[in-house]
Amino acid sequence: MALAPLIAYAHVRKSFDNGHDAERVTAVDDVSLDIAAGEFLAIVGASGSGKSTLLRLANRLLAPDSGRVLVEGEDVREVDPVRLRRRMGYVFQSGGLFPHMRVADNIAVTPRLLGWPAAEVAARVDELLEVVRLDRSLHRDRLPHELSGGQQQRVGVARALAARPRIMLMDEPFGALDPLTRDNLGEEYRALHRRLALTTVMVTHDMTAALLLADRIAVMRAGRVVAQGQPAELSNNNEPYVAQLLSTPRRQAERLNALLAGASAG
Amino acid sequence: MSFLSDPRWRDAAAHLPDYLGSHVQVSLAALALGLVISLPLAILARNHAVSRGILLGLASVVQTVPGLALLALFYPLLLAIASLTLRWFGFDFSAFGFLPAMLALALYSMLPVLRNTITGLNGVDPALLEAAQGVGMTPRQSLFTVELPLALPVIMAGIRTSAVWVIGTATLSTPIGQTSLGNYIFAGLQTQNWVLVLFGCVASALLALAVDQFLTLIERGLRERKRLHTMLGSVGIAVLVTATLIPSTARAPSTYVVGAKTFAEQYVLSALIEQRLQAAGLQASTREGLGSSVIFQALAANNIDVYVDYSGTLWLNQFHRTDMPPRETLLAELKEILAKRDITLLGALGFENAYALVMPRQRADALGIHSITDLAAHAPTLSLAGDYEFFSRPEWAALQKAYGLSFRAQRQMQPDFMYAAVASGDVDVIAGYTSEGRIKEYDLETLADPKHAIPPYDAVLLLAPRRAHDAALQEALKPLLERIDIATMREANLRASGSNANSSPASVARWLWQRIGGQ
Repeated sequence: MALAPLIAYAHVRKSFDNGHDAERVTAVDDVSLDIAAGEFLAIVGASGSGKSTLLRLANRLLAPDSGRVLVEGEDVREVDPVRLRRRMGYVFQSGGLFPHMRVADNIAVTPRLLGWPAAEVAARVDELLEVVRLDRSLHRDRLPHELSGGQQQRVGVARALAARPRIMLMDEPFGALDPLTRDNLGEEYRALHRRLALTTVMVTHDMTAALLLADRIAVMRAGRVVAQGQPAELSNNNEPYVAQLLSTPRRQAERLNALLAGASAG
Repeated sequence: MSFLSDPRWRDAAAHLPDYLGSHVQVSLAALALGLVISLPLAILARNHAVSRGILLGLASVVQTVPGLALLALFYPLLLAIASLTLRWFGFDFSAFGFLPAMLALALYSMLPVLRNTITGLNGVDPALLEAAQGVGMTPRQSLFTVELPLALPVIMAGIRTSAVWVIGTATLSTPIGQTSLGNYIFAGLQTQNWVLVLFGCVASALLALAVDQFLTLIERGLRERKRLHTMLGSVGIAVLVTATLIPSTARAPSTYVVGAKTFAEQYVLSALIEQRLQAAGLQASTREGLGSSVIFQALAANNIDVYVDYSGTLWLNQFHRTDMPPRETLLAELKEILAKRDITLLGALGFENAYALVMPRQRADALGIHSITDLAAHAPTLSLAGDYEFFSRPEWAALQKAYGLSFRAQRQMQPDFMYAAVASGDVDVIAGYTSEGRIKEYDLETLADPKHAIPPYDAVLLLAPRRAHDAALQEALKPLLERIDIATMREANLRASGSNANSSPASVARWLWQRIGGQ
């Protein structure tokens, strides 16, 4: 028998006031999706497709209108949302670091909320700086605005990992970075995901990054999951939207291959 | 004599510990109370548009009430509350001085704190609020560790604005019996002592600047995590508070408090009474610049022990009598009415300070005006000026009724400027005071009142209920009774309105005592 999924969405629906009239906007429309322990799932879609909403439902930053979200077998509506969030790592777009706190304090936030002893917190901060490859003496006592975008996002990952969560939720984690940094950080994170046996859900609009990093991809459009599967499975999918999403990385890869082949021939 | 060696500076400086101390106490207490109320209110209301609107609206309305009026309103309000608590719970409290001043100032301090706290908190990046929630903070943890620290600069700017407002406005708490740096300003304005006015203004401005700087230091310390700054700022404020507490505890509590209203004659007479009491070996101090209706209530409530009032004022304004008996009868009856309230009318000083219609003698002669009856015929072509209360006082109503007066124009004026205004022809007639020294100086004529529309205004000494049987006090004051005639008082008032070293109320009081035959 297969293991029970670590995160399970079952017929989840979520809508919002659009602010203008009585009509509500449906952000997530009857989504069912299972994420297995140890899996790296990317949710890909255009902005407004509902992918970020789906992510926020997992740690109850939002509550579903109907349907159920199970995390480690428990319905998220039946557990204390604050305790739920403290045992899940969350990486925000462009860091989401607290600007008035030093790097070490940002990383230490969740362990301190959990009441860890000070010595243990300090040791964990040093350990994490090493994990995300930041120089302890150089960065520990800096304020976020003194760091580059890539360094800020490393701190964001360290903060999310601080309380040793099993699950990592990431919202466009590398979107605002330059391509080289994005690539490096992505690869490093994938290694961490393996090494620490994490379960990761990453929301992104970048199909190339999703293909390169994730074990499995869920494609969202207008609140629905229109396709899901491993990269190879996706390329066999008949859904025109999926083909459209895959066309860009494909074309880029072909072009690169042609160019690089030409260069070696010449 | 050089500007700085003027003895009035020394006089002014001698009062500084008392005035500054009381000023700091009432301002900082008001500010603290205002913060304790405003900060939680702002935090509670920040996410509810309706309550936010109501709160800011109310605070803005309070702000539109002039500071002086707000302070003045709190006195009767607290009096009413005090009489209710006495009836219901068997205790009352002093509605005089510190309490009304602190409450009114606290109310006044709220708007900048409310507005900036709400603006500051609402200005925090929503992405950071989500991050705070996402890392597992409770709403309370998010408020204290993320939102408040990030909004701190804006909140502190509000607190600093409010501190400067409160310290400035506290100068207006003098008329409701709270000693403050305003005592300099009120006394200086009334006795035309510009040195005092300047001294009061500069002192309160420096105090406001100092507090502002300390608050800036605290803010920088908190924001930049520099303990030293925070500590220096807090120590600065703590030093200010303790320094101002020392004189008030070291100062012997004076046994007798002499009250004075807000004009020069009252400053001179209160100084005279204070000197007499001290000469008799009694501890005495003055509480000057009290509002005309505040002072009587303060005496009745034993907040002050003695002051000089005028029979007609008590008759009309305090007891709302409309009959107009002859002078002796009125005095005797007044004494009885006051006795029923346990207030002792010790006796008259010998002069009257009545309202009188006054115009330049030459002009009066030219127009053939010597009484108000003569004036009535010319009134429609003339203008009249009175002090701030005259046109709402019963005397004015009585004058209009008795003589059918109707002037071309009516103006309100600061009493000190009226005499010069009528002498120079800016206005034709003024409602002046009969004991005013400048009547003689400017050669003005007080018009006769043949129909006795204006009641007699004998200056009388009133004693508080708790002093009804105080023989030492009464012995010390007896030498003043029936000894000061109108000419003497006019001259004293003229001296007090001068602008030189001998025109301080204390110097004039000493001159007056010599003049009436004291040793």
